[in-house]
Amino acid sequence: MTRYILKRLLFALVTLFVIITVVFFLLRLAPGGPFDGERRLPPEIEANLKAAYNLDAPLLLQYGRFMVNLAQGDLGPSFTQKDFDVNALIRAGLPVSLMLGLGALVCALLLGLSIGIVAGLKPGGLLDTLLMAVSNLNIAVPTIVAAPLMVLLFSVTLSWFPGGGADTWWHFVLPALALGLPLSAEIARIMRGGIAETSLEPFVKTAKAKGLKSPRIVFLHLLPAASIPLLSFLGPAMAGLLTGSVVAEQIFDLPGIGRYYVQGALNRDYTLVMGVTIVYSFAILSFNLLVDVAYGLIDPRIRVAQT
Amino acid sequence: MKRSSEQFFKSSPLVIVAAALLLLMITGAVLGPVLSPWDGEAMDFEALEAPPSLSHWFGTDLVGRDLFVRTMQGARVSFLVAFIAVTVSLAIGIPWGAAAGLAGGRVDQLMMRIVDGLYCLPGILIVILLVVLFGRNPYLLFAALGAISWLTIARIVRGQTLRLRNAPFIEAARAMGLSTPYILRKHVIPNVIGPVIVYTTLAIPAVILAESFISFLGLGIAEPQTSWGVLVSDGTAAMESSPWMLLFPALCLGITVWSFNTLGDRLRDHLDRREHIN
Repeated sequence: MTRYILKRLLFALVTLFVIITVVFFLLRLAPGGPFDGERRLPPEIEANLKAAYNLDAPLLLQYGRFMVNLAQGDLGPSFTQKDFDVNALIRAGLPVSLMLGLGALVCALLLGLSIGIVAGLKPGGLLDTLLMAVSNLNIAVPTIVAAPLMVLLFSVTLSWFPGGGADTWWHFVLPALALGLPLSAEIARIMRGGIAETSLEPFVKTAKAKGLKSPRIVFLHLLPAASIPLLSFLGPAMAGLLTGSVVAEQIFDLPGIGRYYVQGALNRDYTLVMGVTIVYSFAILSFNLLVDVAYGLIDPRIRVAQT
Repeated sequence: MKRSSEQFFKSSPLVIVAAALLLLMITGAVLGPVLSPWDGEAMDFEALEAPPSLSHWFGTDLVGRDLFVRTMQGARVSFLVAFIAVTVSLAIGIPWGAAAGLAGGRVDQLMMRIVDGLYCLPGILIVILLVVLFGRNPYLLFAALGAISWLTIARIVRGQTLRLRNAPFIEAARAMGLSTPYILRKHVIPNVIGPVIVYTTLAIPAVILAESFISFLGLGIAEPQTSWGVLVSDGTAAMESSPWMLLFPALCLGITVWSFNTLGDRLRDHLDRREHIN
């Protein structure tokens, strides 16, 4: 097991390194630079600024310096946000983004698991048809439509929830729901399939024949076996959550790090985009590592096959 | 094959509804701009931000452009995005999966590890980065969307290839001295085509949604061209004063995504069942 975990850890580190390298060179190779604003700077001043930020050095040397600084935990100064270095911006925004992501994940899991279990226990039944129809609708209404509608209905018209900002728990309810709902539909579909298939397995029949009560069968026998396909979906789900949070933070006016991503790339704020990319990649890779370890713990066959 | 497709359409009323809605949407995309007397870029100054009426079926937008024509033009763009992106993803995914499955061993391990690694990345964020950095070229956007969505098809094709490579009936065909093109045509392609069609049906709505997502951020299709994403994004900005600006494009987008998903799901169930019977 240790060997398996170490191997996965190494794989994650290599992936992180590749992502950082690719994004670094992608940013630098793109036309434009952080100092091409609407008002052009005099060439001498631009040269001075570039020298101050090490942007005049050969690309490989810049890359080397960036990696050395990164190894010491320094992401560098932001090119567009005044008086801030990227570390400070991320430190300020990350808690908000984490809250949003966790909230959405919890909402998606709670809703998705319960819908999936109920629907999967009686596939083809009335409840199943109804719940799956709702889930399909959920997937068909994209976040960019659902989120503004939620703001209009619950914040503007009914004023149950605050519209923007991140001051209290209440501020996170709508964004987490908007982000988690499409995901919950996917989880419900996977879970329904898992439950329906596992119900036919001989060990479930045995459990029934032994006269176990149905909640016990569902939670102790069905759920663990049916969760395995779900586990492999959680990695891509995490990636989807991060992607969605870029839009959700914009619509709900949350001061997270997602909004820096598009804006930073538009302004060629190299360090800021790198910083957000690194945080995102780190989040996804560590999440995947956890999933892989959980996989190995639940299903010994995978551990054996991959060492 | 014919009887099977008949069975498929009889399997559930939802299938017929989804297929009919999709046909309607495609007809609208092809004929819509021709049928309406309005031009997508012409502004009707008599009817700025007008609600739906007999002359403007879906109403007009802030500068008086007919929303029915623009929504149908958006449909053309969205379908085009889906077509190009899915073609790109098939063009990468099928050879990759087939090569991995045929090679086997370490090569297969390495190729699928790469797929696993890419699977976890937020592909759309990379597309956003590409579009921002290298300009808002629609074809770059289409190709980039395709380039991030080939992973699933590679997995599917690899699985099928592995299964077929060692299948007794292929071996029997070889032993009978049948030519490789014949075996490919009669045995391999019919076995692979089902899952590929299911994948395609499910990939189209995903790409349409991805395009609308990117257009919402203001990074997709640029004015005066339009897409469902652009229209929905304009509609959300004006949803309190003129809800029809959001309603019709969002409805078309939702219906299309729902129809493709429903058809894909049922098709998969149908093929699974046939496999069980066989």
